[in-house]
Amino acid sequence: MFQDFSLFPEAASTVAGRVDELYLFLVGMTAFAATGIFSTLLFFAVRYRRRQGRKATQIEGSIPLEVLWSAVPLALFVFAFGWGAKVYLEVHNRPKDCMQFYVTGKQWMWKIQHPTGQREINALHIPVGEPIELTMISEDVIHDFFVPAFRVKRDVVPGMYTSIWFEATKVGTYHLFCAEYCGTKHSQMIGEVIVMDPADYEQWLSGQPAGADPVESGRLLFENLLCATCHEPGPRQRGPSLAGRFGTKVGTQAGRQVPFDEDYVRSSILDPMLDLSVGFEPVMQTYKGQVTETNIQHLIAYLKSIGAQPVAGETSAEGEEL
Amino acid sequence: MTTSARSSYLDAEPREDNYLAAGYGIKSWLLTVDHKRIALLYLISLTAFFTVGGLFAVLVRLELLTPQGDLFQSEIYNRLFTMHGTFMVFFFLLPSVPAVFGNFLLPLMLGARDVAFPKLNLLSWYLYVAGGLLSFVAMLAGGVDTGWTFYAPYSSTYANSQVIVSALGIFVAGFSSILTGVNFIATIHKMRAPGLTWFRLPLFVWAHYATSLIMVLGTPVVAVTIVLVAIERLFHVGVFDPALGGDPVLFQHLFWFYSHPAVYIMILPAMGIMSELIAAFSRKRVFGYPVVAISSLAIAVLGFLVWGHHMFVSGQSVFAGFVFSLLSMLVAVPSAIKVFNWTATLYRGSLSFRTPMLYALGFIGLFTIGGLTGVFLASLAVDVHVHDTYFVVAHFHYVMVGGVVMAYMGGLHFWWPKFFGRMYPENVARTAAVLIFAGFNLTFFPQFLLGYLGMPRRYHAYPEEFQVLNVLSTAGASVLGLGFLLPLCYLAWSLKYGRKVGPNPWHAAGLEWTTTSPPPKHNFDAIPTVEHGAYAYAELDAEEVAHA
Repeated sequence: MFQDFSLFPEAASTVAGRVDELYLFLVGMTAFAATGIFSTLLFFAVRYRRRQGRKATQIEGSIPLEVLWSAVPLALFVFAFGWGAKVYLEVHNRPKDCMQFYVTGKQWMWKIQHPTGQREINALHIPVGEPIELTMISEDVIHDFFVPAFRVKRDVVPGMYTSIWFEATKVGTYHLFCAEYCGTKHSQMIGEVIVMDPADYEQWLSGQPAGADPVESGRLLFENLLCATCHEPGPRQRGPSLAGRFGTKVGTQAGRQVPFDEDYVRSSILDPMLDLSVGFEPVMQTYKGQVTETNIQHLIAYLKSIGAQPVAGETSAEGEEL
Repeated sequence: MTTSARSSYLDAEPREDNYLAAGYGIKSWLLTVDHKRIALLYLISLTAFFTVGGLFAVLVRLELLTPQGDLFQSEIYNRLFTMHGTFMVFFFLLPSVPAVFGNFLLPLMLGARDVAFPKLNLLSWYLYVAGGLLSFVAMLAGGVDTGWTFYAPYSSTYANSQVIVSALGIFVAGFSSILTGVNFIATIHKMRAPGLTWFRLPLFVWAHYATSLIMVLGTPVVAVTIVLVAIERLFHVGVFDPALGGDPVLFQHLFWFYSHPAVYIMILPAMGIMSELIAAFSRKRVFGYPVVAISSLAIAVLGFLVWGHHMFVSGQSVFAGFVFSLLSMLVAVPSAIKVFNWTATLYRGSLSFRTPMLYALGFIGLFTIGGLTGVFLASLAVDVHVHDTYFVVAHFHYVMVGGVVMAYMGGLHFWWPKFFGRMYPENVARTAAVLIFAGFNLTFFPQFLLGYLGMPRRYHAYPEEFQVLNVLSTAGASVLGLGFLLPLCYLAWSLKYGRKVGPNPWHAAGLEWTTTSPPPKHNFDAIPTVEHGAYAYAELDAEEVAHA
């Protein structure tokens, strides 16, 4: 029971220390304020306890005091906001050159695919010192990808991509929890993040059955589902050409400009009529039921690879950019 | 306050036309329109829900004694914490203070004979009971396992439990809340005694006014949300489930648009009780009265603008995160102002430490911790780490139990002699108050540490390194449970054997203390005329000297 007992979590990512600093500041602020209030209470309780023949002195209030004890907490709280926002941006804004992993959550497991195609369940092996980005989606209810040692957490939502990034700083094995209640076996939707030396990671990868990598899988799907027939230049082209498009904007027939990102690709495959590209007939059929979430992730990986800047890592889901 | 109705402080036999003696049959209770009897109907039903909700909590804590999920199956455990949450939030905390103390005391404090709409008041209680019975039915039919937050699409599509019946119960009880709010607003506007101007009102009344505004404006939103979940579940119309074309994050916006202000529905009336207790046991006017009064309204208004702080990791944009974080910081300020003003009220007072005052001091301590840990959660980067962990569980229990329940217990002891004309036994009551305070801290303080360590909430089983803190928490829960059993016993005992008291056993200021205990059916023999502001202790003391 006392094995591994501790009062403070291990810090194993580049942002963990930054979050801890803010946390300790807030702990200090709380301790200071609470000590102040409690000792004042105690002092008054003793000093002004009811005694024979002494009456309370009636006091209306004090405007200077009210101003003081409104302004000081306000200043402290706004400071806590500013600091929290600053660190949040560090936690949120990813470096340009992240390794791209795909995560699919479902009741009750984590399915993970490496950039080079290897797959694993409820475990994530990563190299230390490399920024990692996870693009995540759920197949059913809302889940949440939480690695306490990295101080990062993000909901994994059905029908919408979310992403999270981190860079591990210490080799070791860390908890992976689902933090959003997702049904009966919520507390069993757990796993491990195994942080390895880059050489060990390469070795681990080579020992895994190496399916095709996501880009290659996506290219094959693009051919097999006959996407190319309509989406590549030629006599039978009926839809927009997709080379060089990922990461740009799309003009829709409703007159809006929407980003050509993961969510756009996904919704165009499953619900093509939603945001039709301007200048094309509404002829595309839905692929709902014909493609899995993993298939869509592969198609996205392929379109990214032939996208506007075929560099992994510069995109993120809509609404997440500042 | 008034000259006419200032009765003697001596112990007295209750008068024969008091409201408890106005009829003895079951019909005289179930068909009553007397606000005082309705308050007691609420007191009984709320106690039942609190007891059942508390039993669920005991079972949850027992399961968490060991890391393996070995006492119950996951299906059962998930139902236990869900029903603990729904019973406590919707059928105890939300109605608690307004339904019991608001109902009993608002007309008395205003110098009125009843609330503005007495029959509507009775209807509120029936709606509350109907909602509660539906929840009981849901429990007996297998329970519900969605968490009290009913997040979609789990609740709308995937959950295999009594979601519809449970949600219907909350929907019906919501109307009880709306009607109570309407009733209180009308009563406070229209039924004040001659001379009782707004800034002469007890702070209890201000707090209930602010709460009533939230009840009327916020509750319809959660009702709409529940109907949408039911429509999706029954007719597969896509609202929240993306597989049907819906948006799961929309549910969270709608749910928290009500459920965050709902937190203030619970805490504001508790703060109202606090002001009364602190004033009465310091024998002083509340320091900075107008500031405390206006801060209630500030909390009610700002409380509507902070719901997004529940969604910092839900896929909300960074900009929205910034806005909600900043606004959440602002709403903490009026709460801090109240704590400072209560503390300052003690300065140069004449403090007595009877049971209600012990609860009031406990409230200040626990609410301070609960409020300041709210700042952790409002601060974006820290929230990302502690969101949906035991840190959040500890935080809201410090506010809900450490705040609302402490004030509820303090109020119960303070006004018990007014309700029943008999005094509770002081020593055992003090012991219970200390046990509750100690047990509470032992239960919930370790949960802050667990949360920062990363233990997610709603976990049936957990890694072994979290066990020590969980054992401490369960040990605390046993003390807490014992602490709550005591008042259940001695308060019941005092109904028959407690010392009889006169109109004003505390020598407190306030119109409710000018009429007999228990009050007559129509509260006052003559409608009082008010000449002073609330907490006129200087005048009261002078009068007592004159009497002597």
